[in-house]
Amino acid sequence: MLKTFVSALRPSLVMTAGFALLLGGAYPLAITAAAQALFPHQANGSLIERNGRVIGSDLLAQGFTAPGYFHPRPSAANYDASASAGSNLGPASAALAQRIAKDATALRAQGYPDVPPAMVTTSASGLDPHISPEAALLQAPRVAQARHMPVERVEALVRAAIETPLAGVLGENRINVLRLNLALDGAGHAGA
Amino acid sequence: MTNGMTMSGWGLILIFTALVALLAKPVGQWLFALYEGHDTPLHRLLGPVERGFYRASGLDPAREQGWLAYGLHMLAFQVVLTLFTYAILRLQGVLPMNPRGLAGIGADGAINTAIAFVTNTNWQWYAGESVLSNFSQMVGLTIHNFLSAATGIAIAFALFRGFARHEAKTVGNFWADCTRVTLYLLLPLCVVYALFLVACGVPQTFASLVEAHTLEGAKQAIVLGPVASQEAIKMLGTNGGGFYNANSAHPFENPSALTNFVQMLSIFAIGSGLTWCFGRAVGNTRQGWAILCAMLILFVAGAGIAYWQEADGATLAMAGGHMEGKEVRFGIAVSALFSAVTTAASCGAVNAMHDSFTAIGGLIPIFNMQLGEIVIGGVGSGIYGFLLFALLAVFVAGLMVGRTPEYVGKKIEAREVKLAVLAIAVLPLSILGFTALAAVLPAGLAGPLNKGPHGFSEILYAFSSATANNGSAFAGLSAGTPFYNGLLGVAMWVGRFFVIIPVLAIAGSLAAKRHTPATAGSFPTTGVLWVGLLIGVILILGGLTFLPSLALGPIADQVSVLAHTAF
Repeated sequence: MLKTFVSALRPSLVMTAGFALLLGGAYPLAITAAAQALFPHQANGSLIERNGRVIGSDLLAQGFTAPGYFHPRPSAANYDASASAGSNLGPASAALAQRIAKDATALRAQGYPDVPPAMVTTSASGLDPHISPEAALLQAPRVAQARHMPVERVEALVRAAIETPLAGVLGENRINVLRLNLALDGAGHAGA
Repeated sequence: MTNGMTMSGWGLILIFTALVALLAKPVGQWLFALYEGHDTPLHRLLGPVERGFYRASGLDPAREQGWLAYGLHMLAFQVVLTLFTYAILRLQGVLPMNPRGLAGIGADGAINTAIAFVTNTNWQWYAGESVLSNFSQMVGLTIHNFLSAATGIAIAFALFRGFARHEAKTVGNFWADCTRVTLYLLLPLCVVYALFLVACGVPQTFASLVEAHTLEGAKQAIVLGPVASQEAIKMLGTNGGGFYNANSAHPFENPSALTNFVQMLSIFAIGSGLTWCFGRAVGNTRQGWAILCAMLILFVAGAGIAYWQEADGATLAMAGGHMEGKEVRFGIAVSALFSAVTTAASCGAVNAMHDSFTAIGGLIPIFNMQLGEIVIGGVGSGIYGFLLFALLAVFVAGLMVGRTPEYVGKKIEAREVKLAVLAIAVLPLSILGFTALAAVLPAGLAGPLNKGPHGFSEILYAFSSATANNGSAFAGLSAGTPFYNGLLGVAMWVGRFFVIIPVLAIAGSLAAKRHTPATAGSFPTTGVLWVGLLIGVILILGGLTFLPSLALGPIADQVSVLAHTAF
């Protein structure tokens, strides 16, 4: 038995080295080369640039707080794109219930007539770039007021930003907050 | 409080299940070619690589091994692979591709992670983006995502041969099985899959960090890396180890509902194909379909219960809290479905934080893992684990009718049943034993984030996940301590190899037997009765063994919620 084990050491070592080169080296290198050639935008993080400066990624939430911008969902990671995290608080957690109640009160104070669940719950990654169309429309009056824009105009921008489920079943109706805020800035009124 | 389940949510679950069944035959045919050692169209391209590997290793792939030699070669390979990754993680600080200057990993963390990836568990006590360099991710970890999957399939092939061969002394050649599965199945699929993921938004670059200046003037540090190449094999090989802490909930790992759907399918694709491959190997594809049928019934039941609970507003301390730990682009139905898929298989990727699920929504993943992840299951490990239950089921049926049990042309005798029980008993011994230990020792009690029964659930989840080689977590548990790294490391190793060795012994024992043709008195192992018996044996064994532990965790949690008691 020991003899068989020892005789297996040479193939074990060679195969480890060979597969490390192939799977740990050649494979990711080849995929990177192909990805950079075929889909450079996506391969580099779907970054958005404005005036030559990276302002964020199309796929990652940022912590907007100014009244003139749409706000994302709360984040357990404080929107840190180098440390994604959820809250991991459980269904019977007093801390979770208190946090949700506190955030809901704060949102009502900001003029939300109704508090959509997604706006008082932290996402799994802490970087969820989306909110629901309802959550965006509820914010429209605040944004319009801060920007001195007609609320209908802001609501039209929200409606234009709605992304719908693929083939009607895959995914949810949603709005990318950063993209909507860029559209707002592009609409000609100052931000905060 | 109303339930938020929708027709489209249920439609998605059923469409998904139908697609998994449709994948069984095409994937199974490809697997069967590799099982038989036949050439595939890819041999022309990769054949030289395969032969080069054998030549450098001094191997003759045509020289078959008995079950013990097969197991010892497998084990030697795993030990070397573990030490390889242990060294890379320890030495991370001086290795290349580390522009952020991340330090080497401590001894307990490094051995835990090395074992986690070698055993196809991919338990992660750390947050990938803040702790690991691109070199560690690529060379140290991605390699195992392929090889642990290939090893699982190799073991399954050896067991298939045990059933298929008569009066034979050998069960195949481990190196040939492992190399062929890697080169002709996993690698080519991953090339296509990884590029698809990149097209959908998953990063693939050697750049490490980009600093963004937000519209409001703040700074956001964005970690990038070779994510897509790791993501592809992470799903296909049912590994589950994420590049980022948030795993498949991170928008960079899983940017859209489309990538999410494909990720779920890819978790099940090979496991589903292996059921067909088994049927073909034993000369009756209906044997494979019967197994797949039992698996899918158990799967839909689990996914359905999880969805029902997650969509039910009454099951949380706070109305509307059901989006805690979930992403808007996936929503509730898809998050519940993903949790059932990833724990039915031994994947362990997550697209939502299971820790924040409703009590019963979180019970389903735990129970799926405790059953041994045999509902489709991990690649290879799912089917060989399921076949252990099949042996017990024919044994039970044999007791009822008073005949020596037979299964696919082999008499099942005391030796096989003993070995099957030995392998199955590893699960409760490790899960319940270690959970009990952690629930009384101070070092264990320091782990949970949540108080009350949910804290116990976090511990129970961890040891269920480690033993069943899943890798997902109730991630509130602070597992990055020497205590948890050590115990969970042992649980992962035991849960993998203390099952594999008896499985190989069964393969050897079956291969040596004569063929026993089915007669009018044989218990049929293809029809409705058989599927029902399989499900019954699995649920009764699993239920009786683990129900008490579930009562202390998720069920007590549910009772607290219904009684409006918070902790």
